[in-house]
Parts: sequence; structure tokens; C-alpha cells
Amino acid sequence: MSLFNVFHIAASALTAQSQRLNVVASNLANAESATSVNGGPYRAKQVVFEAIPMSGGSVQAGLGVAVREVVDDPSPLRRVYDPRHPAADKDGYVTYPNVNVVDEMVNMISASRSYQNNVDVMNTTKAMMLKLLTLGQ
Amino acid sequence: MMVDKLDRLFEGHAAALKLASFRQQLLASNIANADTPHYKAMDIDFAAELKRVIDGGAAAGSLVTTHPRHLPGNSANPLGAQVRYRSDVQGNIDGNTVDMDRERAQFAENALRYEAIVRVLNTQIQHMKAALRTQ
Repeated sequence: MSLFNVFHIAASALTAQSQRLNVVASNLANAESATSVNGGPYRAKQVVFEAIPMSGGSVQAGLGVAVREVVDDPSPLRRVYDPRHPAADKDGYVTYPNVNVVDEMVNMISASRSYQNNVDVMNTTKAMMLKLLTLGQ
Repeated sequence: MMVDKLDRLFEGHAAALKLASFRQQLLASNIANADTPHYKAMDIDFAAELKRVIDGGAAAGSLVTTHPRHLPGNSANPLGAQVRYRSDVQGNIDGNTVDMDRERAQFAENALRYEAIVRVLNTQIQHMKAALRTQ
């Protein structure tokens, strides 16, 4: 029944959006991390979404969403003059992550709106199915 | 036979319900993929598809059964409705053609349509029950 597919589709979108929200959270948390496990400063991460066919690989069964990959933001890192910082280079500059806080906030709002939309889709579909179950009563 | 008549009475509505739930699934796909690059929004022409099914074209997407014990199959698109891409009103720079306002409006409309069909079907069942009841 197609209505069950709706739940799978909306659920895949919820998973993808919450993963996007996770990435935003880690970007914001690390906006000032001048050092990380791989030595250099933290690089902002972005998710790449991809449409995936649901239920048996058929496009006719609707398309859900999945995160294809998490990519590093290639934009240049931020350099700040602070000679007393332990991570400063010989010119006195510290390299900070390329996290753009404004972008991340916008990304976060967009993710949460999309999440809400998909929750609404689930609620509406649930109401439809419950209506159908009262048929003939 | 009585059962045949009952079948015929309900089959139009059954087709409409199937189409509405298939459409609901397409619209859910569109809403789910609102942020997916290069995704193209899809929809069906509900009125045209329903007319086609009622006029007897339903066999297009369904399995042919040659024995009474064959299973009819469980395709996601049971009536073989033709899925079309939406013409985009305002293209997105990443190639995505989902217009969230339009999708939400269509989604709400389709849910309402579904409820209306269920309600009509319910009324018919009530009438049928009243006729069958022995007093």
C-alpha cells in the first residue's frame, strides 16, 4: 500500500535532516578549534543529499533521501594575528577553521524546517490511514 | 450476484483511493527531497488518471493472472498511473524543482480528497447495510 511508503520516505528525510543538523552542530561547536586530531585546524563539513528509490529499488515506489557523503568545505581557512597563541606560526598568525557561523545558522533553520515538514507529512498520512480503518463502522 | 454488484458499487472509489494514496506518496517524495540537488518534482494528473482507470485502462500496470490462485502482485503503482515531472515555476540554482508552498498545498488537498472519498464510501456502506438489514 502506497501510504506505508509515505512513512518510509518521510522517515528517510528525517534521518537525513537530523544528520545535517548533526554536522551543523559539530561545525558550530568547532568554530574556534585551531587544532584537531589531524594536526591542522578543523575544516567545516557539509552534507550532500541524494534521492534514493524506496522499497525494492523501484522509482515508482517514491524517492526518499539519504546523505551520500560528508564533504570538507574547500573555502580558505581564517587567519588571525595573535602572536601569544600557542598555535601561532612564525609570523604570529593563528589559523582558525573556515566555519561561517551565519551560514551554519541558516543551514540549521533550513534543516529544522524541512524536519518539521516531514513530520507533518507523517501526521497527515497517519490521520488518513486511521480514517480508512474506520470504513464501514 | 449480489457480491458482484457490491464490487461494482465500490470499485470506482477503490480506484480513487489507490490513486490518491499513490499521489500522496509522490508528494511525500517531493517534500522529502526539498533539499536534494538536481531532484525533479513529480506528480500525476489525478482527474485524467481516474478517468482512464474507470474507462477500463487499469490493466496497464497490473499483473495478468491466469489462475484463480495466482497472487495479483504488490506493485507500488497498482494502477499504472503515469508519473510526470512538474513544470518549474522558479528554478533553483542547484537544479531542484520542488516548490515547497505548492507541494504543501497539493499535499493538503490530496489528503482532503482522500478523506472525502472515504466518507462517500462510508455513506454507501451505511446505505447498503440499511438495505440488507432485516427488520
